[in-house]
Amino acid sequence: MIGGLFIYNHKGEVLISRVYRDDIGRNAVDAFRVNVIHARQQVRSPVTNIARTSFFHVKRSNIWLAAVTKQNVNAAMVFEFLYKMCDVMTAYFGKISEENIKNNFVLIYELLDEILDFGYPQNSETGALKTFITQQGIKSQTKEEQSQITSQVTGQIGWRREGIKYRRNELFLDVLESVNLLMSPQGQVLSAHVSGRVVMKSYLSGMPECKFGMNDKIVIEKQGKGTADETGKSGKQSIAIDDCTFHQCVRLSKFDSERSISFIPPDGEFELMRYRTTKDIILPFRVIPLVREVGRTKLEVKVVIKSNFKPSLLAQKIEVRIPTPLNTSGVQVICMKGKAKYKASENAIVWKIKRMAGMKESQISAEIELLPTNDKKKWARPPISMNFEVPFAPSGLKVRYLKVFEPKLNYSDHDVIKWSSSTFREHLPGPSTQIDRPCGSSGSRLSCLCSVTTHAATEVQNQGTSTIKLLFCWCLTTCIIS
Amino acid sequence: MTVGKDVSALFPDVVNCMQTDNLELKKLVYLYLMNYAKSQPDMAIMAVNTFVKDCEDPNPLIRALAVRTMGCIRVDKITEYLCEPLRKCLKDEDPYVRKTAAVCVAKLHDINAQLVEDQGFLDTLKDLISDSNPMVVANAVAALSEIAESHPSSNLLDLNPQSINKLLTALNECTEWGQIFILDCLANYMPKDDREAQSICERVTPRLSHANSAVVLSAVKVLMKFMEMLSKDLDYYGTLLKKLAPPLVTLLSAEPELQYVALRNINLIVQKRPEILKHEMKVFFVKYNDPIYVKLEKLDIMIRLASQANIAQVLAELKEYATEVDVDFVRKAVRAIGRCAIKVEQSAERCVSTLLDLIQTKVNYVVQEAIVVIKDIFRKYPNKYESVIATLCENLDSLDEPEARAAMIWIVGEYAERIDNADELLESFLEGFHDESTQVQLQLLTAIVKLFLKKPTETQELVQQVLSLATQDSDNPDLRDRGYIYWRLLSTDPVAAKEVVLAEKPLISEETDLIEPTLLDELICYIGTLASVYHKPPSAFVEGSRGVVHKSLPPRTGSSESAESPEAAPSAGQAAEQPAVIPAQGDLLGDLLNLDLGPPVSGPPLAASSVQMGAVDLLGGGLDSLMGDESEGLRSDVGGSPAMGGSGFTAPGPAAPAGMGAPLGSGLGDLFDLTGGVGTLSGSYVAPKTVWLPAMKAKGLEISGTFSRQVDSISMDLVLTNKALQVMSDFAIQFNRNSFGLAPAAPLQVHAPLAPNQSVEISLPLNTVGSVMKMDPLNNLQVAVKNNIDVFYFSTLYPLHILFVEDGKMERQMFLATWKDIPNENEAQFQIKDCSLNADAVSSKLQGSNIFTIAKRNVEGQDMLYQSLKLTNGIWVLAELRIQPSNPSFTLSLKCRAPEVSQYVYQAYDAILKN
Repeated sequence: MIGGLFIYNHKGEVLISRVYRDDIGRNAVDAFRVNVIHARQQVRSPVTNIARTSFFHVKRSNIWLAAVTKQNVNAAMVFEFLYKMCDVMTAYFGKISEENIKNNFVLIYELLDEILDFGYPQNSETGALKTFITQQGIKSQTKEEQSQITSQVTGQIGWRREGIKYRRNELFLDVLESVNLLMSPQGQVLSAHVSGRVVMKSYLSGMPECKFGMNDKIVIEKQGKGTADETGKSGKQSIAIDDCTFHQCVRLSKFDSERSISFIPPDGEFELMRYRTTKDIILPFRVIPLVREVGRTKLEVKVVIKSNFKPSLLAQKIEVRIPTPLNTSGVQVICMKGKAKYKASENAIVWKIKRMAGMKESQISAEIELLPTNDKKKWARPPISMNFEVPFAPSGLKVRYLKVFEPKLNYSDHDVIKWSSSTFREHLPGPSTQIDRPCGSSGSRLSCLCSVTTHAATEVQNQGTSTIKLLFCWCLTTCIIS
Repeated sequence: MTVGKDVSALFPDVVNCMQTDNLELKKLVYLYLMNYAKSQPDMAIMAVNTFVKDCEDPNPLIRALAVRTMGCIRVDKITEYLCEPLRKCLKDEDPYVRKTAAVCVAKLHDINAQLVEDQGFLDTLKDLISDSNPMVVANAVAALSEIAESHPSSNLLDLNPQSINKLLTALNECTEWGQIFILDCLANYMPKDDREAQSICERVTPRLSHANSAVVLSAVKVLMKFMEMLSKDLDYYGTLLKKLAPPLVTLLSAEPELQYVALRNINLIVQKRPEILKHEMKVFFVKYNDPIYVKLEKLDIMIRLASQANIAQVLAELKEYATEVDVDFVRKAVRAIGRCAIKVEQSAERCVSTLLDLIQTKVNYVVQEAIVVIKDIFRKYPNKYESVIATLCENLDSLDEPEARAAMIWIVGEYAERIDNADELLESFLEGFHDESTQVQLQLLTAIVKLFLKKPTETQELVQQVLSLATQDSDNPDLRDRGYIYWRLLSTDPVAAKEVVLAEKPLISEETDLIEPTLLDELICYIGTLASVYHKPPSAFVEGSRGVVHKSLPPRTGSSESAESPEAAPSAGQAAEQPAVIPAQGDLLGDLLNLDLGPPVSGPPLAASSVQMGAVDLLGGGLDSLMGDESEGLRSDVGGSPAMGGSGFTAPGPAAPAGMGAPLGSGLGDLFDLTGGVGTLSGSYVAPKTVWLPAMKAKGLEISGTFSRQVDSISMDLVLTNKALQVMSDFAIQFNRNSFGLAPAAPLQVHAPLAPNQSVEISLPLNTVGSVMKMDPLNNLQVAVKNNIDVFYFSTLYPLHILFVEDGKMERQMFLATWKDIPNENEAQFQIKDCSLNADAVSSKLQGSNIFTIAKRNVEGQDMLYQSLKLTNGIWVLAELRIQPSNPSFTLSLKCRAPEVSQYVYQAYDAILKN
């Protein structure tokens, strides 16, 4: 199992070092610094074996987290643990930075002591940890409180403590989607898949039982068997989900047998599920970049965007980011619509359009002056990225219902969901592949990643004494094309 | 935390703070103790009291904290005091304390294993598996698994259907980490039949939807392992295969580090069961923002999944990658195109044209890489794509890497007859001959010799120049030796030289980069762990005994595929492989001389007379001695006579070998043994070869063998077979002390390194002057064999008759006297059943193995044979063999002063007479 855990700053100085096993010596700290942090070339693997000691590392901004072991450990588990460790630290003191780590080192040691015992990860749910590892010093707890803590930390529902009370019960649900798209030079879509995340923020009292339903094809077809009439209606709107994974609060065996998603949510924000679809993906925008190299010191870039949805719908807050080479000295931009600016600090031209209707197109052209360089290394051609808001999700996923049931406090909800708006962000291919081809004809391959967040707001009438407010609203979407 | 300062001096002051009520402060004090107790063991005792007190604190958090910390203090004196509190905590009412105590047992075991066993903690720990709290169960499983790993033999985690059921129930309830512990433990279980395997699989599959990738991978491991047991015709098998693909694909949207782990594992899974992901090629296409390590792994998997159906897409992708920025990635992409060409025959043409396009880009490293792979393509599809040579030659000047230069030179040499200016091209390389790397020099030498053989008239000067450069001006023995070989070949017999140098080369295949099957099966059992990331068994990177337990997949039940295991393939398989051991001489020589990375050949004798002999010598083990080879051929003519090689032995001819003419074989020496005179002679009996060391146990080295005796010399005939994918060399052998002092008389000589799938036959002479130790059984021989990979141990029983010496014939008088002299209690009687020989045949047969008949009597229709034999250590054994013509079973009475050998002598008799 994990033999030790080190945290370094970008210079390779050790900020935190916690050794769990006897086989990890003090020299391991230095071995990692010398061989990985100060290594001459780029690190080529997240797992490094130095003198029969294996180091797993992840990097967060400029902080290195390294787990050390001499045994044949479960590598996937170690990485999952390192991510979890980052999450826990972020939940406790915000951004992981050298300063924050130094300021909270007592807390970090305390956490490391709790979530890793002899190298075995223990309960690492922030909700539970916060009940007994606090920064305010321990209040003298009553015996009941203590046993409640311990039974929660070790119990079946380790992610939620009992006795949570809110005056207003609220639940937020975000659906984030990223579309990955691969296109041939002729503009033909080679492959596309959406990977989506359902993120939930729950502020509910007691121990609520939640049930979540979406327009999953399998479920709808199963239900449709009874009433053939309904199948015809809902058949179009259902989506085929290739695969999904769930937060540990979801009862997996129930999903496996009935395909229903039921759970008791942790308090606060968490990722309920991730899913992946490959069929019938709607792409809201097309981006066609054209790049021409005029001599060694000049580039001409033209980018056309086409909106690809119903004319009655409106995309808002569109922002296109076109990367420029590092040796750019000046840029002249002309655009038909919106505003565009070259931002030298970000090495990109940022083009903003307030709104754009469906089935329209718009273009920008820019002349980029380059400084002559001796650098033989080619420009890495990062992708063009794009942000926008549209009122639909590329995968077609819709939340059908979200039922909440709390047996003791007896509040519940109606499964009424109204969609309000949605936002996208998308990254499109850089001047990318055309850069070498003079007089860039359009096309080459594009792959785009786009993600949608949906927030829908609904007012729910209560049956019991308390009211719960369900807020769903669309928000973010990201797309990258590379 | 102390910025590297040693603060152990503050020990007493810190310990004073221990009895605080402030939990936070207490934790810090405990942390201090963990770090410094070892440097101040005496002072640490001061803390014990507080620990014991804290273990009884009403607050369960404090109880747990105390027991957790005590386990981390590795001071012997403290450990003793730990036992009582730990015992209490293991039975604590609070689950938080119990789960901490469970891990503490593992800690204590690490410090003092004996103590844990003596105190009976292991049993308590086992009881915790049935605990009501899932987290306690998970930690108990984790602790037990770890303890069991360091004691491979102990049956600690004795998993049975009941306990498995408990674990599966806990699986649904515990934390993500707990699920990982339980799944990893389940993977070690061996279900008793396919039905049980299926029911476990059914209960594990829901885990594939877990958000934690480690849970998913551990579940995949369990499924991959238990799937072995399911019959392929089962519907469930198909369903399971379908269920495995989506989660594996989903792993690719995890964080990059996890993607890397997942990809390394998918690489294994794809090799084991390609059908799972064969339609998912597209998800392995590289993304712009993937880190380089993910890109390289994806490329690997793309090639593994490439097939005729998707090759067009793959090639289009690879071509795109070849224009990327990262040099390593581009190189690998170009190489991948070549591998596709070799793997998917239909695509070869397209691959070659893609490579030509890439060469046109003139990007230096792309061109070089392309040339290296085109060389491989030529090896796979000879005489098909030679039209591209002209394009390659244009880029000759830009090549600066040895591998690319060597590849180009090889191409020029191989196709010298089609390249008009081949001599000029090669000559241009020759100018800087001494500055080239060895690889290029060797290739240049071979290429020029080829050129000379193809165009002798114009290139005489060139070949002389290169030969003198290689033989006279070079310090490199490989180069010099190869130069001499060519020189002699050319000067003695140009025709033979042509046959050798221009021999047809075997085609290469794409299988070379696959992981060898035994290792692959082992790695499948380690899915998700470091071993699967490194693609090495744990023993390669873990120190000590931990994790060295060899894991293997369960055998499939209910289907005929079990023949995969090497043990199940008996000598029949051996015989089938035999022809491959000694390929036709020409081929082998040609191969040897053409290989650019040939094995380090031993120097040819300088005696100018025998080029032929020199060449034969080079072949090393393969043709160890011409004599042995010839006799083997002869033996198969003779038919049923005892064979040494074992190849002819699996189907022995009709009985009565005594009737056959004098066999040559190993018993050649016996022809001149005139002491006998009774009937015809027959060779000393040699048992057929049996597998002594299966490949499974020796990292791919299989050893089979037998013992034989020729005049005055004992030898051990071995066949070493390399079933690994790695070349083996540096063989050595050693015997443990044994009852008769057997020891190797010469070192184990394997002349050439043993290439994968090759075997070599060796006859190792033995003597009996080694040190003596009585073994049980008496004829047990423990052997250690070493090679470049590892040291392997095995033991074997040798037949006693190899120890029967040639002067074992006793005088008649002497016999009588001795027979009477040996007390009757030393007499042992045995029955030799089912033997249909007559007395003469028996005595002649036994004589071959140095059992001498001194007298023969006929008493009441029974034949009585009186025989004597002597062992190498001077022990005489006297025998009386009673043969009844009507009865197929003989009675053997043995008298000897050392009666313990009797039984083994009887076994020798039995073996000789029955063969």
